[in-house]
Amino acid sequence: MTKVKSLDDLRKMRDDLQSKVNLREKSDHPEKMVQIKVSMATCGIASGAKETMNFLIEELDAQAIDTVVTQTGCMGYCYAEPTIEVTLPGEKPVVFGHVDLKKAAEIVEKYIKNGELVDGIIPVNYETVDEKNNE
Amino acid sequence: MEIVKLTIDNKPVVVEKGTTILEAAKTIGVNIPSLCYMKLEDMDFENKPGGCRVCVVEVEGRRNLAPACKSEVTEGMVVNTHSVRVVNARRTVMELILSDHPAECLTCAKSGKCDLQTLAQDLGIREIRYEGEQSHYKGDESPAIIREMDKCIMCRRCETACNEVQTVGVLSGINRGFESVVATAFEMDLDHSACTYCGQCVAVCPTGALTERDSTNKVLDALMDPSKTVVVQTAPAVRAALGEEFGMEPGTLVTGKMASSLRKLGFDYVFDTDFAADLTIMEEGTELLGRLNKFLKGDKDVKLPILTSCCPAWVNFFEHNFPEMKEIPSTAKSPQQMFGAIAKTYFADQLKKKREDLVVVSVMPCLAKKYEVSRDEFKVNGDPDVNISISTRELGQMIRNANIDFAALTDEDFDRPLGESTGASVIFGTTGGVIEAAVRTAYEIQTGQELEKVDFHELRGMEGIREATIDFAGLPIRIGIAHGLGNARKLLEDIKAGKSEFHAIEIMACPGGCIGGGGQPYHHGNVEILKKRQQAIYAEDAGKTLRKSHDNPYIKKLYEEFLGEPCGHKSHDLLHTYYFDKKKKIEI
Amino acid sequence: MAKYNSHILVCGGTGCRASQGEEIVENLTRAIEENGIENEVQVVRTGCFGFCEKGPVVKIIPDNTFYVHVSPDDASEIIAEHLVKGRKVNRLLFVDPETQQAVSESKDMGFYKKQLRIALRNCGFINPENIEEYIARDGYAALGKALTSMTPEEVIKEIMDSGLRGRGGGGFPTGLKWDLTRKVESDVKYVVCNADEGDPGAFMDRSILEGDPHSVLEAMAINGYCTGASNGLIYIRAEYPLAIQRLKIAIDQARESGLLGKDIFGTGFDFDVEMRYGAGAFVCGEETSLIHSMEGLRGEPTVKPPFPSEKGYKGKPTNVNNVETYANIPVILLKGSEWFSRIGSEKSKGTKVFALAGKVNNVGLIEVPMGTTLREVIFDIGGGIKDGKKFKAVQTGGPSGGCLTEKHLDIPIDYDNLLQCGSMMGSGGMIVMDEDDCMVSMAKFYLDFTVEESCGKCAPCRIGNKRLYEMLDKITKGNGTEEDLARLRNLSNVIKDTSLCGLGQTSPNPVLSTMENFPEEYLAHVKDGKCPAGQCRSLMEYVIDEDKCVGCTLCSRVCPVDAISGDKKMPHVIDVSVCIKCGACMEKCKFGAISVQ
Repeated sequence: MTKVKSLDDLRKMRDDLQSKVNLREKSDHPEKMVQIKVSMATCGIASGAKETMNFLIEELDAQAIDTVVTQTGCMGYCYAEPTIEVTLPGEKPVVFGHVDLKKAAEIVEKYIKNGELVDGIIPVNYETVDEKNNE
Repeated sequence: MEIVKLTIDNKPVVVEKGTTILEAAKTIGVNIPSLCYMKLEDMDFENKPGGCRVCVVEVEGRRNLAPACKSEVTEGMVVNTHSVRVVNARRTVMELILSDHPAECLTCAKSGKCDLQTLAQDLGIREIRYEGEQSHYKGDESPAIIREMDKCIMCRRCETACNEVQTVGVLSGINRGFESVVATAFEMDLDHSACTYCGQCVAVCPTGALTERDSTNKVLDALMDPSKTVVVQTAPAVRAALGEEFGMEPGTLVTGKMASSLRKLGFDYVFDTDFAADLTIMEEGTELLGRLNKFLKGDKDVKLPILTSCCPAWVNFFEHNFPEMKEIPSTAKSPQQMFGAIAKTYFADQLKKKREDLVVVSVMPCLAKKYEVSRDEFKVNGDPDVNISISTRELGQMIRNANIDFAALTDEDFDRPLGESTGASVIFGTTGGVIEAAVRTAYEIQTGQELEKVDFHELRGMEGIREATIDFAGLPIRIGIAHGLGNARKLLEDIKAGKSEFHAIEIMACPGGCIGGGGQPYHHGNVEILKKRQQAIYAEDAGKTLRKSHDNPYIKKLYEEFLGEPCGHKSHDLLHTYYFDKKKKIEI
Repeated sequence: MAKYNSHILVCGGTGCRASQGEEIVENLTRAIEENGIENEVQVVRTGCFGFCEKGPVVKIIPDNTFYVHVSPDDASEIIAEHLVKGRKVNRLLFVDPETQQAVSESKDMGFYKKQLRIALRNCGFINPENIEEYIARDGYAALGKALTSMTPEEVIKEIMDSGLRGRGGGGFPTGLKWDLTRKVESDVKYVVCNADEGDPGAFMDRSILEGDPHSVLEAMAINGYCTGASNGLIYIRAEYPLAIQRLKIAIDQARESGLLGKDIFGTGFDFDVEMRYGAGAFVCGEETSLIHSMEGLRGEPTVKPPFPSEKGYKGKPTNVNNVETYANIPVILLKGSEWFSRIGSEKSKGTKVFALAGKVNNVGLIEVPMGTTLREVIFDIGGGIKDGKKFKAVQTGGPSGGCLTEKHLDIPIDYDNLLQCGSMMGSGGMIVMDEDDCMVSMAKFYLDFTVEESCGKCAPCRIGNKRLYEMLDKITKGNGTEEDLARLRNLSNVIKDTSLCGLGQTSPNPVLSTMENFPEEYLAHVKDGKCPAGQCRSLMEYVIDEDKCVGCTLCSRVCPVDAISGDKKMPHVIDVSVCIKCGACMEKCKFGAISVQ
């Protein structure tokens, strides 16, 4: 274990270790950050959803964008897998289809960072269980 | 000195900082009732756990009532010791204590001398509103002390005496809540513990929870047996305290009345332990000089300092706690046992009786003596040298029992030959006395010169540990004195560490020596009583014509006719003993 | 190092562990390996989540799904469904007792909504056995700040300004206590953590030590810096093995990291902590008893003054604080006294942790701002009374506290308000009672505890509490008289007034407060020989309704003591002098003719 010899040591250590728990901290207030749900049913996984998800996590972390990437079940757009749902703070969720690594990079650069829409948006034609409950 | 001003019961009081409310109230004549509290000035004994809560008083500004014995005064404090709230609380608490105490006053050994009983009377408790289950504990009957813990009120005085004063550490609070009581570890019997039977727990117990083993019936049985010749011996400290049993002023000497009463009780021969004390000096003094002279001649193996061995509680103490040093104390038996040994040989021969036909009774200020008579090494073919030992209190009881008007008795003398004594033997009853007696004799033997002045004031006093150097005609003899086993422990630790420079040390287990023994009339926390008994002892010494043990004509005769010389072969057989390692004897 | 994209937090408090929490962790880990996602999913054993009613609790991060009543068998499903396929396991979600809807996230649950977790900030969040997770959450930053940029006086002032008061029960201002110890001159001083939690049902201190041990160590070091002590002692009951184990790990890790020991943060400040084990005596929560126990003496109190700040452990100045008090310290130093003092009520600042127990739906450990009302705690957080019964009373402060009733429900909870209502904060036990609870029996229950736990040193507590218990027992058995009630009241007052320590000074509170709030219930017992709540067995009577009884003889045949007689087809009668109140007859009767009165 590293010895803490000064307050600066401790601060540095904290910054290095932050990533260990920030996933938990962020999950307490997801509405304040970008939320991405990756559809990870059999069809999604078969089409490379897992690679897409890993790419998104690493890329957003590298760019230091506060994001919560979670997996979700089949959204029903099996023809367009991998699909992801992106919710910017204060915005309505947007679903993208055929998100391969290239597309994912484009979504990050254009939609997430600048709010520009990109091709491949699937119109939302479903309601979640939670939303139904609220009505 | 910092001064504190306060008000107690509307009266202004000025006392030193650090004074308790209880003490401050006393200065203006307000006596706050208390129960567990006990303080023996100069004796390092102070028990104030603040546990009984009888002494609670109202202190303005405090939410709860405060225990007066434990609360120190503060500037501007306003105290009320008899508000309705206080009186009700005091009474209720007292009723609670009584509700868990057996109402056996009629047959209780402590009846009439019981602090709890007195307080209940003072507070006028006629009804106990909070009756309920009473606590019961295992009884314990050791050869010397009876523990009847159902009567314990958890004042913890015995614990303070046993642990803090005596450092014996046998008694402490055990269990919790309603079941809590003062007891030995795992409630083992005292005779399995490291108890020395010093009896200081009994001396301070406010109730009948701790008492001596009563042997008065055994004495009566012996007196009634026509086949027995009953011989009694009385210890030096008894004559300075027995009068208190009959309401006399503390410090009243009742030597003559005591002898008279013993004869009236039916003892065949009324002798004096003082005679044996003179004998002890002959033996112990000779032993001291023997060791000293060997030492002076360069013998490095000789054990010095020599420690006195008259006190049986002290003997128990070092057998339990310092067995590795059991070669250091004098091998001389205690006066009680020397008396027994001589009575059942020399005197029995004179009477032409078998030792078994003699019953030797001792009257002692001590409870450890009861244990001492039962030691196997003091028996011949199962017959003990001293058969029964009773305390000063028990003798008082026997005298009352026989409706003898003690105060009206005319003085009588002891019988001969074992009733003659010198002033040196009388002072055995107080701290410093044994060593002073030894010095008087040892000086003359060692130097061959007669002492000009027999009073050694430098050896007297009440301080727990004292030291003095006596000039033996150019040879400085360094003497140490300790009373109270806690003080004895300090000197022993020094010897163990090789730091002791004394030639001789006198040790008595009880604070004040035998005058403060566990078998003496209860002092109820009044240390002045002990001081008066001490003065009486020294007065008796001063009034004697013979004041040096070796001047006792009957002692001289004893050596000529029977023993030969001090520390000689016969003396060794009859008057010396050996000690045991009892450290491992503590069983659960 | 693996970069996990999901964390599974498994409650590792004593309660959840007792419900197979360890097996859940093992099974989850195995399932993760079987699914080949060990590089993506991390299982973390945390401290207590507080929602013990629903334990064992498992939380999935980052989507914050809160699974309740999880069993080891559920592990593979959680992994296969939730972590692999992203589908929540609906059957394990919490169901709101009012709406009957499944709630997935803890922040949407009534139990958590009104809570504000300061002392419990890291419980259920970090792995208590990993100092790195504590450091990542700003751990030891407060100690660093104090040592490098503040004087002891400044730190004490900050604590004073925060308004923090002792969480162990007394509510003594913490900063003032520190200052008293600081001002006594001595070569050696001690800082003690009182972890001798003894209130029946209270377990906040245990949870903090199990879930966030470093926060206590850090605060003790800060305390040491302020008071001038370099020795810290934690007095913990030996019945807390998990807390002891985690503390030991934490102490070792802190030493290895140089956060305990010599020259901390290079400032020359030395501080280290040792553990002392207690045998679990309630009275040892009282600081003088605790100190005697640490010294190897009998655990019993001595009269104060002198206070431990003057003469404490081994006769040296000693500062004793409770676990929860310590847990607040680092946050106060980091966020400032102003931030802290804005939380809470006028004279009681910050939050308080309560162990909510009894007849509420959501039993557990909660933390709320001071000034929250009992109603909010019992009904919003606690989810109301079980089985739709009626609220009757709540006992706060454990055996030292009193019971509060309907009329107290809207009083903001703080030290002073509770005292005024005849109860006290205590360490934060809160036991809720419903209409079926007899108040005399309740008082008797607590006295039973105090009688057991009295050290026996002072007469009023040793004997008085026993007598109180006996009188209450007499009343519940129907043998009490109205004079007994007067005696009960007088004795209670005297015990309070004359006892040596806090135990006896508060032990009659349950009696006095129930007598105050439910006088009619006591009277019913002694005058009418009835127990209105129907709890006192001796006062119950089984009766057969003549009109309903058809004389089927079933009851008389089932009665084990032949207390029921009657001819066939004729109404039967119970002989109450023989009846042992077993209830067998009532159970058998098909006509509802037998009832309890």
